[in-house]
Amino acid sequence: MSKTTFIVGLDGSEAGSRALAFAKERAKAVGDAAIAICYIIEWSPFTFQTPEENEQRHKRREDEIAMAHERVLDPAVTQCKSEGFTAEGIVKHGDAADLLDAIAKEQGASQIIVGRVGARGLKERVFGGVTGRLVASASVPVTIVP
Amino acid sequence: MKKQFLTAAMLAAMTPAAAFAQEMSFDDKVNEVFANSTGWFVSLIFSNLPFQVAGASFPWIVMWLVIGATVFTFYFGLIQFRAFGHAISLVKGDYSDPNDAGEVSHFQALTTALSGTVGLGNIAGVAVAVGIGGPGATFWMIFAGLLGMASKFTECTLGVKYRNEYPDGTVSGGPMYYMVKGFKERNLPGGGILAFLFAIFCILGALGGGNMFQANQAHAQIAGITGDYPGWITGVVFAIVVFLVIVGGIKSIAQVTEKVVPFMGIMYVLVAIVILLVNYDKIGWAFGQIWAGAFTGLGVAGGFVGALIQGFKRAAFSNEAGVGSAAIAHSAVRTKEPVTEGVVSLLEPFIDTVVICTMTALVITISGMLVTDPETGLFVLNEAGTQIATVNDVSGVQLTSAAFATGFSWFPYVLAIAVILFAFSTMISWSYYGLKAWTYLVGEGKTKELIFKLIFCVFIVIGAAAQLGAVIDFSDAMIFAMAVVNITALYFLMPIVKREMNSYFARLKSGEIVRHKH
Repeated sequence: MSKTTFIVGLDGSEAGSRALAFAKERAKAVGDAAIAICYIIEWSPFTFQTPEENEQRHKRREDEIAMAHERVLDPAVTQCKSEGFTAEGIVKHGDAADLLDAIAKEQGASQIIVGRVGARGLKERVFGGVTGRLVASASVPVTIVP
Repeated sequence: MKKQFLTAAMLAAMTPAAAFAQEMSFDDKVNEVFANSTGWFVSLIFSNLPFQVAGASFPWIVMWLVIGATVFTFYFGLIQFRAFGHAISLVKGDYSDPNDAGEVSHFQALTTALSGTVGLGNIAGVAVAVGIGGPGATFWMIFAGLLGMASKFTECTLGVKYRNEYPDGTVSGGPMYYMVKGFKERNLPGGGILAFLFAIFCILGALGGGNMFQANQAHAQIAGITGDYPGWITGVVFAIVVFLVIVGGIKSIAQVTEKVVPFMGIMYVLVAIVILLVNYDKIGWAFGQIWAGAFTGLGVAGGFVGALIQGFKRAAFSNEAGVGSAAIAHSAVRTKEPVTEGVVSLLEPFIDTVVICTMTALVITISGMLVTDPETGLFVLNEAGTQIATVNDVSGVQLTSAAFATGFSWFPYVLAIAVILFAFSTMISWSYYGLKAWTYLVGEGKTKELIFKLIFCVFIVIGAAAQLGAVIDFSDAMIFAMAVVNITALYFLMPIVKREMNSYFARLKSGEIVRHKH
């Protein structure tokens, strides 16, 4: 039997850290487990851009990925590893709900763990939050850490 | 005959300013100096062919663009129809590698390029074409728009293939680069000279048609609602906003415009559709007029050839197919296959000309603004005999405005806002095209870029403040001079595009290129 993999959504917020803490607890309980820590940069291919933005897009993307690693993922992954967990950091551009599930499928993960974001704006009410859509569409169990 | 599409739209704005007949003003002086030094070039670009076609004179530049588009259409085996469905799949992202998420998508490249072409031409220009050539001009406009799709395919494929990618990850592309690199690859001489000429024309075209003309028209629209006031005020406001975007890097303004402009474009088409639906009983009649007018002219000046010239001209002026500007805009896309961007870009003339321009033409036709003789069913010409008489004698953007107002009385206000926003987004796009040509000539660098951007902003004020007919004629001539150089290069480089195209479609067919699941 292969390793049990937990997908954790991290966004640099307090909620994300709580999700990671929960994942570590679960991983400890399971024993032979891996944690995939994911940072999703919200992005859509269907936005309108100026030519200048297009020209610099490639560079910006690299910068965004480097920044996500540097500020959020690498510290978390290092921390996890130092505590004896198997962990890796993944950065992707796109829709968080879609991508977390896609990564879960790709890695054959047993569950997705995300933090509950406290704020509920109008946008969130109209379009449904990332968490809500994730729960509605995920192909593996989702744990929401309050 | 030349340039009615500009002048008619401007005339409407100039009529209140009858005070210009006094002493020789600064504007007049600039005008005169400019006309004397550049007039020969303008006449050259817009001169008519030495022979007449069915009794009407034909500007050679229109012929040049249409012949180019026809050659590419046949050379690439009607690519615009064969690849149309594939173009839509590409824009939807069906073939985008998920690992490239976060890069410029096909959709983004397409809409960026579109915001440079959708503008006044679709609103005011079409009104002039239909006002002179009658509804029949619409048929030829659509025809030329469909042909132009092949020109776009050719130039945009090359634009992506030969772009420069710099170590810092930014890209620079456009006709200058494919002229130099493509010619070198084929061992042909003269690539550098073509690129040099193209860059010069592109800079001047950006300052003129992509800047002064837009500022001038935006001012005309605002003055039309608020009453006349000095143009430099509009110019300074526009210049400040453009400055903030292109120099200050205030992205929020650009982002707002880039979001509002597509919305305006969609709204324009929707309103047109609603007007057509309300007058559904006349749609059949309107198409009848377009069909009959295309082959008989229905009494317009120059007969059916008059309609044909107007339609061809309008399409060429509006979608910029063959001009080379789109090749600059499209080259930023992230793709391993240059052909995919060419395929996507062929949607551009379709949306710009076949959809948006046609909507304008249909609404004008249905609105009954064009006066017909109830007995013969033919159009009645105005006193000068140059264009069709209209209700209240309106032309250009005023004609479009009046035609839409027959459906919705508030529409002229929305139209005014749309014109201002279109003008603004066209300026942003052309500031970029001009900049790319500029850096090609003088080299990349912050200071060098800043100099061009400042010049660009200064020209906005000049464009809005002055009624510089000659300057505007000149700058428009420059945009078409770009097409002369660009299409020449495309003829030499089209075998490269064909090779790429055949290879791509063969791999698509064999299943080597696959759709990605989303």
